[in-house]
Amino acid sequence: MSTNHGRPAAYYRTLTRNLVLFVVVVSLVPLMFSGAVILYEFDRAYQSKVEQHLEVLLNKHRRTIDAFLTDRLADIRVLARSYPVEMLKDPAFLRAKLSLLREEYGGVFVDLGLVNPEGRQVVYAGPFHLTGADYAQAQWFKQAKAGEHFISNVFAGLRGSPHFIVAAKKRLMGRDWLVKATIDFEAFNALVEKLVIGETGFAFILDREGSFQTKPRQEVALASGAWRELLRRPLDGGKVTIIQRTGSRDREMIYAAAPLKNGSWIICAQQERADAFSLLFSAQRMAVTIFVLGGIVVILVSLLLARRLVNRIAEADSQKEAMNEKMIEAGRLASIGELAAGIAHEINNPVAIMVEEAGWIEDLMSEEGPLSEETLSEIQRAVQQIQEQGSRCKQITYKLLSFARKTDPTVKEVSLNSLVEEVISLVGQKSRYAGVRIETELGPGLPRVAASPSELQQVLLNLVNNAVDAIDSEGGVVSVRSNPDNGWVRLTVSDTGIGIAPANLARIFDPFYTTKPVGQGTGLGLSICYGIINKLGGEIKVTSAKGKGSTFVVLLPAISQSEAAPETTDPAARS
Amino acid sequence: MIQINPSVLLVDDEVPFVETMAKRLAKRELTVDTAFSGKEALAKLDSGGPSRTDVVILDVKMPGMDGLETLAAIKGAHPNVEVIMLTGHATVESAIEGMKGGAYDYLMKPCEMDLLMAKVGEAVAKKRAHEAKILDARVRMHALRRET
Repeated sequence: MSTNHGRPAAYYRTLTRNLVLFVVVVSLVPLMFSGAVILYEFDRAYQSKVEQHLEVLLNKHRRTIDAFLTDRLADIRVLARSYPVEMLKDPAFLRAKLSLLREEYGGVFVDLGLVNPEGRQVVYAGPFHLTGADYAQAQWFKQAKAGEHFISNVFAGLRGSPHFIVAAKKRLMGRDWLVKATIDFEAFNALVEKLVIGETGFAFILDREGSFQTKPRQEVALASGAWRELLRRPLDGGKVTIIQRTGSRDREMIYAAAPLKNGSWIICAQQERADAFSLLFSAQRMAVTIFVLGGIVVILVSLLLARRLVNRIAEADSQKEAMNEKMIEAGRLASIGELAAGIAHEINNPVAIMVEEAGWIEDLMSEEGPLSEETLSEIQRAVQQIQEQGSRCKQITYKLLSFARKTDPTVKEVSLNSLVEEVISLVGQKSRYAGVRIETELGPGLPRVAASPSELQQVLLNLVNNAVDAIDSEGGVVSVRSNPDNGWVRLTVSDTGIGIAPANLARIFDPFYTTKPVGQGTGLGLSICYGIINKLGGEIKVTSAKGKGSTFVVLLPAISQSEAAPETTDPAARS
Repeated sequence: MIQINPSVLLVDDEVPFVETMAKRLAKRELTVDTAFSGKEALAKLDSGGPSRTDVVILDVKMPGMDGLETLAAIKGAHPNVEVIMLTGHATVESAIEGMKGGAYDYLMKPCEMDLLMAKVGEAVAKKRAHEAKILDARVRMHALRRET
């Protein structure tokens, strides 16, 4: 029973799943795509922004530091060029100049000194007692003597604390004197230490040999990894070189380096990537969060909607099923109504005979005198006739009842031929009065079909009824044939009636379409046939020629002999 | 004029009905003839001549030539013969059609024998009266000719 009503639960499950998949794919794929594109572009833009920022920052500081060094050198050069050696030899003058410089530049200048061509510091102004110190063997002295002016690397020197020297030459009688100033390391260091990039970024300065010119904020491993790689590169042309590598403790780092002081120093900066890209990473995290949350919402909503939709569809399906059953029932009653005229007459005839026989007996009994032998046998015959006509009535009512009982859609194995015979006996009287001869040619050994007997009976009744109705008062022949056809059972109902106009042929299976006069046809018969045959997995076709008659062919799937249970051949279960 | 028994032709396709009805009508002193189809009825009327049959009792619903067609044929060939239609419930309308086509009256099947006899009597009386008028007219016509 259940296999015949509605679709199996699996069908609705598949429908729900497909709907959910469809909605999820359609809504999430573009979202994912656009998200990925936006993230990628944002990543690239941010990357270049971070690098640019670093470059600008480094360049700015490079210029500042270069300017600082140049300015300090210029101070000393002015000092050297403005005054003759005699004046510079005066310690009081030098002290006055030092205090002037210290006033002007804070604690940048530590001391001033005049070094004679032999490398002895003849005059000294400053906090240390370095008058007479001998620099002849000092590295800076040798280098300074080579050029016009000189800025040394940072070194500890005689005083034992880091500093560097700015020196300018003073020519006197063909011999080079040096005016030298010491620059406080701390003051210089502050310049670079001010350069803080984000939370973790910092800068420092190296010379070409890789010794620190400023104090890095954190320990920096120059000998290995990214710094080694970066410092090996030719850092020329004043450009900032940036690389990104995995640094110590597996942190993603950004390293940048640029030449300074005409290439003899290098300004370096490093920053954790997570810090530099913190905004990008938080944007990415937010995007991923939004995507995941959105995805969950989309999936939930699509699940909910699909469930609801599928429930509605299931409801509509079962309603449609119920409607179909009601329509078949209505069509059945309409067919019975059409038959009613013929059947009423069919019952009326035996009733009239019985009434006449009863009257005849009454006539005979009212004769005067004792009943003769002849009269008695006449009464006998009349009574027998009444019994005969009574059983004829019974047969008619049984036939009608068998058809008028409620439609039972249960699918069984049905013998088409016996159904045909049943229906023809029902239509027999009607056709006899219409002058229609019904010929049957039922194929012997016809395979059974899986169908509801009452539904199939109705199909046959509708077809045969229509065939009889199609024949006009001059009479004609309706022939019903059945034969097996390669796994199918073929039933042909043809008539020699008025035929169907080609214009109407396309519409004859439409519900409520009828060419019969109002009140005589519901227009449901053939549409119900069509519905029933379709449900059984069969086919119904019609050919007709106006004035020559019509032929309806019904094909139903046969139950093959090997198939045992009728359930497996239920066409509804297959669909 | 000698009053002879009214002559009735009973037409129906149901053989047992016709046979029993014929016996009952004969018992009521009618001359009864039977036919089981419209064609047979017409043949009997043609061969026997209009004088023999007074009333045709005709079933409306018959296979082949039905009651209305038979009525039309009878009225065409033998206008003086009166026809009483017998009908089932579903064919009252065609009985009315029949009366428009010249039937004397109709009765529902199964019918009361007394009612049928009364109708037959009336129909016979009508036919006889009509025939008498025709006879009178003939007589007057002959008399007129003789005078001239």
